Amino acid sequence: MAVLIGTQTRLVVQGLTGREGTFHARQAAEYGTAVVGGVTPGKGGTTHEGVPVFNTVESAVRETGANTSVVFVPPAVAADAVMEAADAGIALIVCITEGIPTLDMMRALRFLDGRDSRVIGPNCPGLISVGQAKVGIIPGHICHEGRVGIVSRSGTLTYEAIHQLTLLGLGQTTCIGIGGDPLIGTSFIDTLRLFEQDEATEAVVLIGEIGGTAEEEAAAFIRDHVRKPVVGFIAGQTAPPGRRMGHAGAIISGGKGTAAEKMAALSAAGVIVVRSPSEIGTAVAAAIAPDTV
Amino acid sequence: MKIHEYQGKALLARHGVVTPQGEAVRSAAEAGAVARRLGGRVVVKAQIHAGGRGKGGGVKLADTAEDAARIAGEMLGMTLVTAQTGPRGQVVSRLLVEERLEIASELYLGLVIDRASQQPLLMASAAGGVEIEQVAAQTPELIHTVQIDPGIGLAAFQARRLTDAVGLTGSAARAAASLMQRVCAAFQAEDASLIEINPLVVTAAGDVLALDAKVTLDDNALFRHPELGELRDLAEEEELEVEASRHALNYIRLDGTIGCMVNGAGLAMATMDIIKLAGGEPANFLDVGGGANAEQIRHAFRILLSDTKVRAVLINIFGGILRCDVLAEGVIAAVTELGVSVPVVIRMEGTNVDEGRRMLRDSGLNFTTADDMGEAAQQVVALAAS
Repeated sequence: MAVLIGTQTRLVVQGLTGREGTFHARQAAEYGTAVVGGVTPGKGGTTHEGVPVFNTVESAVRETGANTSVVFVPPAVAADAVMEAADAGIALIVCITEGIPTLDMMRALRFLDGRDSRVIGPNCPGLISVGQAKVGIIPGHICHEGRVGIVSRSGTLTYEAIHQLTLLGLGQTTCIGIGGDPLIGTSFIDTLRLFEQDEATEAVVLIGEIGGTAEEEAAAFIRDHVRKPVVGFIAGQTAPPGRRMGHAGAIISGGKGTAAEKMAALSAAGVIVVRSPSEIGTAVAAAIAPDTV
Repeated sequence: MKIHEYQGKALLARHGVVTPQGEAVRSAAEAGAVARRLGGRVVVKAQIHAGGRGKGGGVKLADTAEDAARIAGEMLGMTLVTAQTGPRGQVVSRLLVEERLEIASELYLGLVIDRASQQPLLMASAAGGVEIEQVAAQTPELIHTVQIDPGIGLAAFQARRLTDAVGLTGSAARAAASLMQRVCAAFQAEDASLIEINPLVVTAAGDVLALDAKVTLDDNALFRHPELGELRDLAEEEELEVEASRHALNYIRLDGTIGCMVNGAGLAMATMDIIKLAGGEPANFLDVGGGANAEQIRHAFRILLSDTKVRAVLINIFGGILRCDVLAEGVIAAVTELGVSVPVVIRMEGTNVDEGRRMLRDSGLNFTTADDMGEAAQQVVALAAS
């Protein structure tokens, strides 16, 4: 089993005919994901990468039965693309685009209130249910089907954790990048709830970073609702205050959002917190497969 | 993007927010002329992006135009060190000369994006003129907040609730409520990410004015506000960081000796962390991004070596979209061309890693390669110390 995406996923790519959209649609299809269509306004009726292109998400859903979308359109129009997908009834919208104006995303998230769609991201690598489907840009070849769920605010740091679990033979169930922006559609808590219920997932890796209070909120949820072992790492233990560390959301402001606060909150909630990013894999092994370490 | 106080006030004034009369100047003579026009009694304020200017000597009162010119002469060119500038301080090259007001009370007004509720949050406090972080820590009950629906803006009743909570009455309450709505309108119209007015003052005559204005704009939205992009003051930014941004590289200069080049913001922070754990100090944060090409790698190398404190370099790349062979090509070209004399430790993993490793090995250059992050950090710290 896995969470959010799997063999039932029918994917439409918003921005299919662009460079990124084309490349990652091909990668997703090669991984075995059912890529059923693409949306590029003005190019409806054509085919690209062997799949039909539509002018609107609404027509793509009607013609293909798509239930998941991935957004690769430029930042100025990405929030609109998210709203379009939600309005067309797409259940899971994965927004890869980086650099969306914060107020655009705020309005889009407001638009989604009361609708049944979930947004992952923006500014995220998407997700992969190993051996079943991938939606986004996480490289499939570093994954190995297995026992651990990963949720992270980072992209390449997620790959690092995946790699360590693959080398240790523990493998992954689903790996989810929830995004590095201050406003995101899916929180740590949402994914922790799913992993806790997923039978195949035996442990969860949570990778946070400085800025905001999402990790503290996750800690409170874990304390009350998560029985599976959780291994946590927080990036930015050495980050200076007041500086945006690459991600729009990664900033210590007014003395708040430090790695130390987050690590303390997670530890107090029973999370196995590692200080070094190279110890993520071995910490998971110690928790669920002590014979291997 | 941060902007100066005088720019922030002009932005707010366009939305009907009342600010004191004044003008930004770059010389003592101009300061004197502006002060004369304002009647002599003025305040002279250094325009730098950091807060805490008052304590650092960057805000002074003048009683006459001559006084204002003298103060301006002393302030221009000085290096102002405040709690927010860091120890290196910031050189003052522009001043705001403003009328002095008879102040009856000082309030605080702040508008931020609240991540938890995913809406703008307007904060008001009767404890104005002091650092709000201090108020939040010591007397949080003095801070009153309302959440703003982005589709509606600040409703009139919400503004009244805040003015009531901070103890305003009569015409001052009405004026403050109107000002709050205008500030919120400006926030949305200009794509701000923060507006702080500290203090917001009520004068003896009952007028309500923004005596200070700290405005931060959303970089991601500048494409639709080209006129705001021109407010960027490169003199306020670290030279190497400006240079890096020209090549779509995300570089932040720090104080250590180990230069880092990483792809991805999270991995770049984690690399700094692991260097520290290994006993070293990172010289920078550098994220070359997910799809860097050989040319960007070369620029990245040049920029991080421009910091003369760098004693060794750690390259940590997890190739997803960025292929390891492309990285290797860029690194080999950069090291050959720039004549790099400090040790370089490379740890790479992911797409086309075998080809990348072979290229590094066959280059004849003296790289140290590592299989994992922990090992790479140990090696680079040892090399920097030797």
